[in-house]
Amino acid sequence: MAELRKEDEAVDATPNVTEVETVEAATETAAVAAIEAPVERGEPILQVRGLVKHFPLTQGILFKKQVGAVKAVDGVSFDLYQGETLGIVGESGCGKSTVAKLLMMLETATAGEIFYKGQDITKLSGRALKAVRRNIQMVFQDPYTSLNPRMTVGDIIGEPFDIHPEVAPKGDRRRKVQELLDVVGLNPEYINRYPHQFSGGQRQRIGIARGLALNPEIIICDEPVSALDVSVQAQVVNLMEKLQDEFNLSYLFIAHDLSIVRHISDRVGVMYLGKMAEIGTDTQIYDHPTHPYTQALLSAVPVPDPEAREGRERIILTGDVPSPANPPSGCRFRTRCWKAQDKCATDVPLLAIPERFQGSDTPAAHESACHFAEEKDVVHAA
Amino acid sequence: MPENTSTTVEESAVPVATAAGGAVKGTKKDKPERVASMWSDARRDLMRNWVFLVSAVLILALLVIAAFPGLFTSGDPYAKGFCDLSNSVVPPTGAHWFGFDVQGCDIYTRTIYGTRNSIIVGVLTSVLTTLVGCVLGMVAGLRGGWLDVLVSRFTEVWFAIPTMLGGLLVLAMLGTGNVVTVSLIMAVLGWPQLFRIMRGSVITNKQNDYVMAARALGAGGWRIAMRHILPNALAPVIVVSTINLGVYISAEAAFSYLGIGVQSPNISWGLMISDGQDRFLSAPHMVLFPSLFLSITVLAFIMLGEAVRDALDPKLR
Amino acid sequence: MTTIDKKTSASGATSATGAPLLEVRDLHVEFHTRDGVAKAINGVSYSVEAGETLAVLGESGSGKSVTAQAIMGILDMPPGRIPKGEILFHGEDMLTMSAEERRKIRGRRIAMIFQDALSALNPVLSVGYQLGEMYRVHLGLSRKEAKARAIELMDRVKIPAAAARVNDYPHQFSGGMRQRIMIAMAMALEPDLIIADEPTTALDVTVQAQVMDLLAELQREENMGLILITHDLGVVADVADKIAVMYAGRIVEQSPIHELYKRPAHPYTRGLLDSIPRLDQKGQELYAIKGLPPNLMKIPPGCAFNPRCPKARDICRTEVPALVPVTEQDGGELPGRGSACHFWKETIHG
Repeated sequence: MAELRKEDEAVDATPNVTEVETVEAATETAAVAAIEAPVERGEPILQVRGLVKHFPLTQGILFKKQVGAVKAVDGVSFDLYQGETLGIVGESGCGKSTVAKLLMMLETATAGEIFYKGQDITKLSGRALKAVRRNIQMVFQDPYTSLNPRMTVGDIIGEPFDIHPEVAPKGDRRRKVQELLDVVGLNPEYINRYPHQFSGGQRQRIGIARGLALNPEIIICDEPVSALDVSVQAQVVNLMEKLQDEFNLSYLFIAHDLSIVRHISDRVGVMYLGKMAEIGTDTQIYDHPTHPYTQALLSAVPVPDPEAREGRERIILTGDVPSPANPPSGCRFRTRCWKAQDKCATDVPLLAIPERFQGSDTPAAHESACHFAEEKDVVHAA
Repeated sequence: MPENTSTTVEESAVPVATAAGGAVKGTKKDKPERVASMWSDARRDLMRNWVFLVSAVLILALLVIAAFPGLFTSGDPYAKGFCDLSNSVVPPTGAHWFGFDVQGCDIYTRTIYGTRNSIIVGVLTSVLTTLVGCVLGMVAGLRGGWLDVLVSRFTEVWFAIPTMLGGLLVLAMLGTGNVVTVSLIMAVLGWPQLFRIMRGSVITNKQNDYVMAARALGAGGWRIAMRHILPNALAPVIVVSTINLGVYISAEAAFSYLGIGVQSPNISWGLMISDGQDRFLSAPHMVLFPSLFLSITVLAFIMLGEAVRDALDPKLR
Repeated sequence: MTTIDKKTSASGATSATGAPLLEVRDLHVEFHTRDGVAKAINGVSYSVEAGETLAVLGESGSGKSVTAQAIMGILDMPPGRIPKGEILFHGEDMLTMSAEERRKIRGRRIAMIFQDALSALNPVLSVGYQLGEMYRVHLGLSRKEAKARAIELMDRVKIPAAAARVNDYPHQFSGGMRQRIMIAMAMALEPDLIIADEPTTALDVTVQAQVMDLLAELQREENMGLILITHDLGVVADVADKIAVMYAGRIVEQSPIHELYKRPAHPYTRGLLDSIPRLDQKGQELYAIKGLPPNLMKIPPGCAFNPRCPKARDICRTEVPALVPVTEQDGGELPGRGSACHFWKETIHG
């Protein structure tokens, strides 16, 4: 930090710095300015374009040789708007958690861009990267392993301030941590306790408080309630909704539980084997799905209401999700799809509004990656 | 086991003003002004732990004996006329509590004077193996990739050299050894064990979500290593290191026995034990008393290690 | 439930005598730990008939899995202890049987399916070997015969290309397939009762439905009793016949399955149902049961649910409510229904 700042001053004071340095420092300053600038509600704050992550499969111990790749994420694009919740659903192995890690820069993307307020964060470094890190935070799935068991709650929630000391002056941190505890509904006096003294739901609140510490704009939630008991899930979901209003947050909410995703999300994207199958508003996806996979997924959700269920059509898919190391050609869902034809094996369907719905204003007119997209309500009783 | 027997703080979901329920074991009323952290809590915990206090007192006493043996005995084992062959193998008497050895030397005085060499060998070797093993284990476990492969393979090859044989070879080349050379050689040959434990422990802990959470916050490698991985990975290392301490003190005796470790007239417990071994049945006191000191030393360090390990684990508080 | 005369003698070993396939009576289980005694089960009674599916629903710490472990005789004792209660299998109390007699029942006549199929299967033995082992050990079949039976079983649980995959190892199967293998293993010796502890929790939604359907189908064909332990009100909705809701080691409500969703008779069940978001419409704020499940070392006096209950009054803090039959407002019978709430009337009818 200090070094960088010196460089800035040098740019202003002495004109004999080499041109490259000047340009670099200037672009970094511009990037930081762009990152710090506010975004209007409803404008895109995060834009993901053609994101790809392949994990190489290697053989050999000393001299590794690549023998293939797990195509965890294979060309995913979407926008996250300021103040909204975008839900991402899909089964295990669909790549949704990898997307979260890529957005958090915990993994390096193989290809593609992630624009945060217009800046491609995959290409940032130094001061600008640090500013982005401060603004995008994460809440993890497992409240038991995501908190360091040997640190006190005060140390855990205060750690963000140690890493980004500019956010809170040292003397102020303890008070800030206690405020955060209060915000997430925990007793501020618990600051000296250790994670194992709390239940799962309370631990998840601690995780949320840590995520809020730096006052971020985006929180990426990777299955934040799936490890919790039903009666505690609702508490945490309500807390997250409250915090979104209070702090003007945008959420990327990744989960496999379709009911909870519908409850919390404004828009929903459905992923299958590293690709986005369908994306739209919650009404478009749940009440007017056009992709067969979405329809199958929705119809399989167990509903705690036997009567509502009897009138529903159930699509039971055959087989399992294919391996992402060797995905089917063409449409990735074709091996389990009841509509599949020859075309599906050769042409990869693009994520776009299906031709037949283009220009019409039906709710079915949303992006769906299927050659034979067709609306079908599987959620409501016939 | 029932899924929910662990004690959890009881309280409602809404913010509460008062601390509810004393369900939390050990945590007495939290005074709000107290700032708890891993190390300060561990220190507080140690000061109240009798196991730690007893072991600390024992170790302190041993250190004082090692530093100033003259304070504990009037005899000087290096003085001329200290040993009197007419006293050879005389069992303990009122004036000479530990009895005499083959040469007719007072075993009590020799045991006291042997403390220094034995403690130096034990502590020095343990510290060195732990340091080298931990640093390399940390680096290999954290970095992974080719560096890990390189260090691990090298360690495996190193591991295959038997300590005794390797030590014999080196010491034979160097000629007669002293405590420092013996310690150095045992450390050079012994660190792979600690390396493997540390590396495994680091790799297990590295996969925990809290490490990822720290990375997501933008924490640097040093911070992650020191705050998140090291404290969690250290427990098994502490246990093995303290047990090894006793092993090294005894191993030194083996080197002495083979004629390449500490040599007479220098004294070490190991040397005394190996001297007395042949006559163990007829004159057990020759082995018994140095062994007793060795056992107490090892026990003290093991107790210390366990107390420190437990103090660093908040679940046991 | 609890009013049935305890003199159902141990003489008749078949259900012909009228004894249910499995009956648990006033079971208590506690765990003695360093920090005190955790009362995991505090008087649970239920029964299952042949061909019947009982769902046992509860959150973590409710005692649902401990009950199953007690039935199977796989509780760790110590620290576990059963101070009181009976577990009658075909009318015979398994808790007073010799270890040898009990071992004969376990696996052979009562089988169990676990949540995590990967850790329940031995990774170094082929699936066919592990399935065949059941026949070799219990029925003394030869290696070849056992393998043939293993393939048959794999076919039965609808594993595609069973003959080709019989020599594959557990890690070569997907999660759904592994759970099918677990089911096959449980079915191998044609048990009278299967206890399935969260059998689909670890599986994806689309696979969950397949596995649940398979389990229900096999149960029907074999006329087995099935105890389905779960935390998910959705999963059991269309496979179970009746349901028992557990909280803090007690059954707080029991009911034929459909009735429960329509008209819950206990505030806890009602709260659970209300706190699940709906798939077919977007709701407002979710209803949330306040507070946390109780610490089993310090179960609140009176009704264990009282600190979290919106209906709690003074009596709830002092008197433990018994599980009593629930009736219509006019006194008409509601067979099979019971609630352990002092105010069940206003809960179900109000």
